[in-house]
Amino acid sequence: MGSAIIFWILATIAVVTAAMTVLNRNPVRGALMLVAHMLTLAVMYLTLSAQFVAAVQVIVYAGAIMVLVLFTIMLLNLGVTGGGIRSRGAGFVLAVIGALTLTLAMVGGSVWRHGLAPMKATAESLERGGTAQAIGYALYDPELPWLFPFEVISLLLLSAIVGALVLTRRRSE
Amino acid sequence: MTIPNVQIGPLDLVTVLPYLSLAIMFGIVLAVVPLLTWFERVVLGLFHDRPGPNRVGPRGILQPIADGIKLFFKEDILPTSVDRRIYYLAPVLALMPPLASCAVIPITELRIRMADGTIRTLPMVAADVNIGVLWVFGLAALQVYGIVLGGWSSNNKYSLLGGLRSSAQSISYELAMSLTIVTAVLMAGSLSLVEIVQAQSGGIFSWNILRWFPLGLIAAIVYGISMVAETNRAPFDLPEAESELVAGFQTEYSSMKFAVFFMSEYASMVVVSAMATVLWLGGWQAPAPGLTIIPGVVWFFGKIALIIFTYVWVRATLPRFRYDALMRFGWKRLFPVALAVLMLGAVVDAYYTSPTAKSAIPAKPERPKPNMMGAEGAG
Repeated sequence: MGSAIIFWILATIAVVTAAMTVLNRNPVRGALMLVAHMLTLAVMYLTLSAQFVAAVQVIVYAGAIMVLVLFTIMLLNLGVTGGGIRSRGAGFVLAVIGALTLTLAMVGGSVWRHGLAPMKATAESLERGGTAQAIGYALYDPELPWLFPFEVISLLLLSAIVGALVLTRRRSE
Repeated sequence: MTIPNVQIGPLDLVTVLPYLSLAIMFGIVLAVVPLLTWFERVVLGLFHDRPGPNRVGPRGILQPIADGIKLFFKEDILPTSVDRRIYYLAPVLALMPPLASCAVIPITELRIRMADGTIRTLPMVAADVNIGVLWVFGLAALQVYGIVLGGWSSNNKYSLLGGLRSSAQSISYELAMSLTIVTAVLMAGSLSLVEIVQAQSGGIFSWNILRWFPLGLIAAIVYGISMVAETNRAPFDLPEAESELVAGFQTEYSSMKFAVFFMSEYASMVVVSAMATVLWLGGWQAPAPGLTIIPGVVWFFGKIALIIFTYVWVRATLPRFRYDALMRFGWKRLFPVALAVLMLGAVVDAYYTSPTAKSAIPAKPERPKPNMMGAEGAG
């Protein structure tokens, strides 16, 4: 029961901060709300005993990526943007319909599949734990199907790095 | 040394130990800040060949108290057109990460006589989690927010420039720092800080700084340089370079809010020094087997004090970097070196832990059935 209470508290915070991210007129405050959202997700991973993923969530998203986003916002010196949400006729109606459909699809899908219960750690995941060791074995064990996709992803990332270098290189050099 | 019993009065030592460790670490990190400001002035005075603080109390030791009282009673100025919420939040965000890092840093290990007469060795740490290193990484990554937001919310161009510099600098030096920490993790084969220290038992030659010579030494030096840059201390104190940016991100802060920024800088100095001790200098381990008579606490805090002395030494000796030189040094020197050390370390590690050698890799756990659906949540 305790874990369910914690889940609903975290879920509320996550939804509110996510909404604040898009609704806030001030880009820096919006980015900060996104940081809070990501930290909440990390705590959720912890409650599922996925410690490694939680730590990576904090380091990569809350730490590295959001600092870069904030850096860019400040560098461009974006002030408070004009209107926030303003009614713009058909566009506004379409946006609301789209958002509602997506939310219904996601919530409805998961309720239909799992019932109205918060996610929780299974006995198996608790036993194995979300430790770095367990994830390492899962990723690199040649008998499991994850080794090949993992290597493909690393190749993709490498090409992205090279692409970034090529795109930003000065012509004169 | 006598071995304490597990039951001290009504308290069970095994239960109390984590809280005790946290209280000690917290107390030390917070209480040591005023002492450190005094220490820094005295050592700087020595290096500059001048008296240093000598007015308040013997050898100026009461100077920090005078400073504290002054900061406490100063007028708290709120500049016009600051982003008020973020302006108030920023110092807190700066102080939180170093304090939270204390939770995973092991102070020493204790031998305790259990109720049934057996003797157990327990690490003195608030939480010996198996992601200890990652916890410290994550908090270090969050620390930059305090400075960046403080600089931005002040609505002052110098503050903003200081904040921007700080974020660029932390991101750059975090890379080299993380890579060297991974090298230390590779040496110990664990992400738990307690196990990293335990893997360095048996004298100074087992410490990570001298392991896989010279890989450990190079990695430790790279860690040391990045650690100074991460804490924004001279010669990497570009975010608060007074000759260019007035006082950088903290220009508009006064009174206790300024003091909290100040505390956060010194607290993170203590924490990264403690991490350096744990990762490279063997934590609580004595440098020679004969010296284990001296308790581990003394070694641990002695090593931290040594590193902090080096901090002040570097500050007194080296001039400030130019900003482009700082970035070039981080990306083109430290980062490749750290990467090379990590790769070579991986090769050495693979050699030592190859199936023919005595394996340090724990036995593979029973392979579970691959569960493609992830955690099933039906309650």
